[in-house]
Amino acid sequence: MMMNDIANAAEASAAGGRRIGEVILDLQNISLRFGGVKALTDISFNVREHEIRSIIGPNGAGKSSMLNVINGVYHPQEGRILFHGQERKKMEPHMAATQGIARTFQNIALFKGMSVLDNIMTGRNLKMKSNLLQMALYWGAVQKEEIAHREKVEEIIDFLEIQSVRKTPVGQLPYGLQKRVELGRALAAEPTMLLLDEPMAGMNVEEKQDMCRFILDVNDQFGTTIVLIEHDMGVVMDISDRVVVLDYGKKIGDGAPDEVRNNEEVIRAYLGTSH
Amino acid sequence: MLYRENGQFKASYAADQQIFPILQDRVAIGALLAIAFIVLPLFGSEYLFRAILIPFLILALAALGLNILVGYCGQISLGTGAFMAVGAYGAYNFLVRIDGMPLIAAMLLGGLSATVIGVLFGIPSLRIKGLYLAVATLAAQFFTDWAFLRISWFTNNSSSGSVSVAGLNVLGLPIESPVSKYLFCLVVVCVFALMAKNLTRSAIGRQWMAIRDMDVAAAVIGIRPMYAKLTAFAVSSFIVGVAGVLWAFIHLGAWEPAAFSIDRSFQLLFMVIIGGLGSIMGAFFGAAFIIVLPILLDQIPQLLGIPLSTATTSHLVHMIFGALIVFFLIVEPHGLAKLWSIGKQKLRLWPFPH
Repeated sequence: MMMNDIANAAEASAAGGRRIGEVILDLQNISLRFGGVKALTDISFNVREHEIRSIIGPNGAGKSSMLNVINGVYHPQEGRILFHGQERKKMEPHMAATQGIARTFQNIALFKGMSVLDNIMTGRNLKMKSNLLQMALYWGAVQKEEIAHREKVEEIIDFLEIQSVRKTPVGQLPYGLQKRVELGRALAAEPTMLLLDEPMAGMNVEEKQDMCRFILDVNDQFGTTIVLIEHDMGVVMDISDRVVVLDYGKKIGDGAPDEVRNNEEVIRAYLGTSH
Repeated sequence: MLYRENGQFKASYAADQQIFPILQDRVAIGALLAIAFIVLPLFGSEYLFRAILIPFLILALAALGLNILVGYCGQISLGTGAFMAVGAYGAYNFLVRIDGMPLIAAMLLGGLSATVIGVLFGIPSLRIKGLYLAVATLAAQFFTDWAFLRISWFTNNSSSGSVSVAGLNVLGLPIESPVSKYLFCLVVVCVFALMAKNLTRSAIGRQWMAIRDMDVAAAVIGIRPMYAKLTAFAVSSFIVGVAGVLWAFIHLGAWEPAAFSIDRSFQLLFMVIIGGLGSIMGAFFGAAFIIVLPILLDQIPQLLGIPLSTATTSHLVHMIFGALIVFFLIVEPHGLAKLWSIGKQKLRLWPFPH
């Protein structure tokens, strides 16, 4: 599958230019409340296939809530979500995963007691089909399945350049590497859409550059659609195709990086106004 | 032969995924099994089997089952004694009510009865976590205590409330002598330990650990929390149920509900915590610590020829045993299994520091 993707990517880049396709995720008039607190108010935007779509905004603007709505952790009180043209009813997070949506978290949410290898292997759980009894006996088919998936996981480990720590429990890794492992776990599911919640928070310049490279490579090689939350404006403006700006749970800007950069309301939200 | 990994290269993922990837470990475990299966049955005394090895093996099996639930899946349970009781009484009923029921079939059916009850009492885990779940599983304990005391059908209307089994045999071989009982327990424990290890190193084991470490992230990558938690309850209570059957049939022979009281649940939980959460080896360490150590401590004054009264000895044993629990938990809160693996890590490089 991954090899096919690489072949497709090669074809696409041979054909010349980016391959941004149809709208695959359409959010219409989403409102989310926690009791009396309005986290999101009447937000609409869409995501096209293969694009890098950033969500920016000041702290508490509702960016993470937006991601949680997309992958089914939160259920909006109002609004419609269309994924691949189909309206999504109330759903559980694991159903979003089966539809090909993977994500990373703002505060790293790795499985701390497990090794890097096991964390990424867990990312492939939806693709493993053995039943309990087969696993208890660990005979033939199960072992073959483990090895087949291990090969895929090793590809991801190579891609993210974390070979040297594959057997280390993730709790012992430095922060930057943990972020990388979390990306690896999300990639292991071979998602069509990847939600990244501040993948570069707290990193130094080199680590940010590495992470940018991985994100661009994922987008380019595997054709994965990426929805990105990030505070580093340099990064956002450089790598995004389109940017949506939230402030106090409302959408105040949407468009190409340049449009957003010059948007009056966005400037006001970030820099404040003189009275 | 030094404990070294040097020069042992793995050329395939299959070689890397072995249970014991290092040659020296394989030799050691082979030697241990040879001692357990051949040397001990030849030279062990009856006291050794009855008082030490058989209880050790059976409680290690129960701790193993509990460790899957608590150590691997992170769901605290105080109902272990109850699930053992369900296994024991379940197997007893299958044995006395169905003519010609073989022992192994009765044992597995007892385990399945425990599975059903375990899953039933595992349902609250879908909504509550941690200490609250522990309290909910306590209900299982009180419920089975009551059921096996009051509902006389379960005890085959025995007037004293106590039930017993006799004339056990496997495939025509009688399980009467201490050695045969010991060997039977040993085989069962080895088989279940291997299967448990296989489960924990394959997909379901990773799902359990994912739920334990970060349940929201687990759900987001496609793990169904209900499936993962309830399979952990099912597998765990199956093994605990089988251990209950062995405890009742092989170790006790005749028993009443008090044999599976809440004390037993606590004892097993302590074994798992002291031995090491999330480790198959830990269950054996924990059982050895809790069962064997007090017996050994008890005999030290006698061996050294120090004249102490039995009362003084037993008080001393309690004090030293308590102090050791505190000591080990301070040295390594993750249990003896962790201490063991740290030791092995250090030994790989010894005598060099890095």
